[in-house]
Amino acid sequence: MQTMKKIVKGAAAIFAGMMVVTATPLTAYAGEYGYTYNYDYWGDVQESPDFYNVCKVFTGSDLGLDTNLKSPDGIFTYGNFIYLCDSGNNRIIELKRDSAEKLEVVRIIDSFEGDVEVKTFSNPTDVAVSEEGDFYIADQGNARVLKLDKDLNYIMEFTKPDDNTLDPSLVFQPKKLAIDTAGRVYCIATGINKGLIKYEADGSFSGFVGATPVTFDWTDYIWKKFASQEQRAKMESFVPTEYENIFMDYEGFIYATMAINEDKASKTDNAVRKLNLMGNDILVHNGEWGILGDLYWGSGGGYEGPSVFTDVTVMTNDIYVCLDRNRGRCFGYDDQGNIVFCYGGNGNMNGYFRKPTAIDCIGHDIYVVDALDNSITVFVPTEFGQMVYNAIEQFDQGKYTESGESWQNVMNQNGNYDLAYIGIGRSLLRQKRYKEAMEYFELKYDDENYSKAYKQYRKEWVEDHIVWIVLVILALFLIPLGSGRIKRIKHEIDTADIFMNLQDGEK
Amino acid sequence: MAAITKEKYDRYIDSLKFALYCISHPLDGFWDLTHEKRGTYAAANTILIATVLIRILKLRYTSFIFMTVYWEDLNIFLYIASILFPLSLWVVGNWGLTTLFDGKGRLGQVYMATCYAFTPYPLIQFPLMIFSNFVTVDEKEFYAMVSAISLVWAALLVIAAMGQIHEYSAGKNLLFTVATLFAMLVMIFILMIFFSMISQGVSYFISLGKELLFRL
Repeated sequence: MQTMKKIVKGAAAIFAGMMVVTATPLTAYAGEYGYTYNYDYWGDVQESPDFYNVCKVFTGSDLGLDTNLKSPDGIFTYGNFIYLCDSGNNRIIELKRDSAEKLEVVRIIDSFEGDVEVKTFSNPTDVAVSEEGDFYIADQGNARVLKLDKDLNYIMEFTKPDDNTLDPSLVFQPKKLAIDTAGRVYCIATGINKGLIKYEADGSFSGFVGATPVTFDWTDYIWKKFASQEQRAKMESFVPTEYENIFMDYEGFIYATMAINEDKASKTDNAVRKLNLMGNDILVHNGEWGILGDLYWGSGGGYEGPSVFTDVTVMTNDIYVCLDRNRGRCFGYDDQGNIVFCYGGNGNMNGYFRKPTAIDCIGHDIYVVDALDNSITVFVPTEFGQMVYNAIEQFDQGKYTESGESWQNVMNQNGNYDLAYIGIGRSLLRQKRYKEAMEYFELKYDDENYSKAYKQYRKEWVEDHIVWIVLVILALFLIPLGSGRIKRIKHEIDTADIFMNLQDGEK
Repeated sequence: MAAITKEKYDRYIDSLKFALYCISHPLDGFWDLTHEKRGTYAAANTILIATVLIRILKLRYTSFIFMTVYWEDLNIFLYIASILFPLSLWVVGNWGLTTLFDGKGRLGQVYMATCYAFTPYPLIQFPLMIFSNFVTVDEKEFYAMVSAISLVWAALLVIAAMGQIHEYSAGKNLLFTVATLFAMLVMIFILMIFFSMISQGVSYFISLGKELLFRL
């Protein structure tokens, strides 16, 4: 009986072993990344529980449209309304969000009224809606940015900037736009790399803002010095790159994304800029790695090169989500530039993309538009994702203790999450529990926060032990001094006259 | 082991203490090191071991503010070799060159003097390592500067030591320092060729053997 049991056990063990051996390659083939992952301090990929789940994928028929969507290119959300640029069908669809899994078509906008020749759109690529309900539409095929009122009456249009540095033969092709509360329009146009085209509310062009910095390395410069005129013409010229997309956040800052050059970029470069009114980049990037999506650009699954952020959206908790059209992934970053989540991939399944073009959010829900699938994918945060958001928002609201508890819950679900450790540490730091905070910061190599905590800890320690410190310092001074004096006295006694006399007397 | 006499022990301690004289009076010290036979191999080995040991200790006990270690990729033997390999290249290269150009130092003496010149490294880095745990990022510069001082000091001592044991003038000494660095590169090059030749030779015979087995 005993031996029988042993044999059964042994067989079971061998079988289990075989299962492991055969199963391992299968999981390995599923890709080096899981669906959701994170980059840690070292830039290593750390698997993560899912941060977002697909709630629903809407196609034209799901929305109840007669003609299916055709290469939709832009999405804009305002309140509970979603405006989708159905670029291929030359129309804009206004949707109302009843709940995460229910979108309702309010109206289909394909023409408008007013005193203008062309009253339809041609390849509208982006749309924005102001607080008053005015529409701003990048009507690319008609070389104009339209402004319509909420009843679709023509108000005005913004045309090719009247700037003599622009090539006169260049056809104005507005691509993406953003508007501010004062009615100013910021626009990206194909072939214009001087920055964002800025129009005043009255329609006049007022200049280019926030051109991307020109990058070149010195070897290129030297080559160019030695090259002939013809060679130089063939070389890449040192010009700013065009922006990919822009987004106006709730505070009035413009988030702009740009493609980064694979040959020249380092892993600490940023593909996102946050522009203030002056056009200066004020993005905080205290993270260990640049805000550029994936850190590994090698070929995998037919895709290679750096992530290309085709769109960006900003939530009210200052977390911004970038959409990578190269590998079809979403990357979330917090206000300090730390990576919060990465998820997605290219493919046909729900939650994977074929040609993602635009992203926007309502609350924490994320809407991604795919131009090949002709669909909108709705992502809602999982329990884990919601917990991270809670922790971040509680901290922003000054509820430090609660935030610490939330981060602890996050860590219980994902022990490989650097932000959780740092979050707990920051919460402890606010609670003046410096020693514990230091431990958490040290675990994830956060030297700035560690130093903040340590500075306070050191101060407290010195204050608590000031008596001892003074005593030790005094002792350090007094003991050599005292011993010197004692020696001198001893010497004086030894050489004192009376004793010398005595000694003499003895002699 | 039993042969460690009191006399030998005293001489060892004396020669170890002499390292302190060497680093503060390099020219005088390194002259006496070989010419007056003030140095011992035991002391030189001790300093070298201390240097290697401190370098390893630093990995673990330096504050993470100054040094973050990716433990997964750390190979302790390679790490030790990162001192010993350049050192042996330096010693052999220097001796090989200077012996052709009137250098008075012998191979062992070059080794001994170089090890003695390392003294500032453990001497400074050890307290600095402890100190690093009591500072914040704002005080980072201080650490970096003191750390750099220890390295520059050691490097200057190596150069000074070579000049003294070979009885070279300052100019000739500098020239041979540069030449030695060049010799180290040449040796690395030759070693690389050597190893790739050997591996190709071995693989030739392995494939020959395989072929034979296949035909038989």
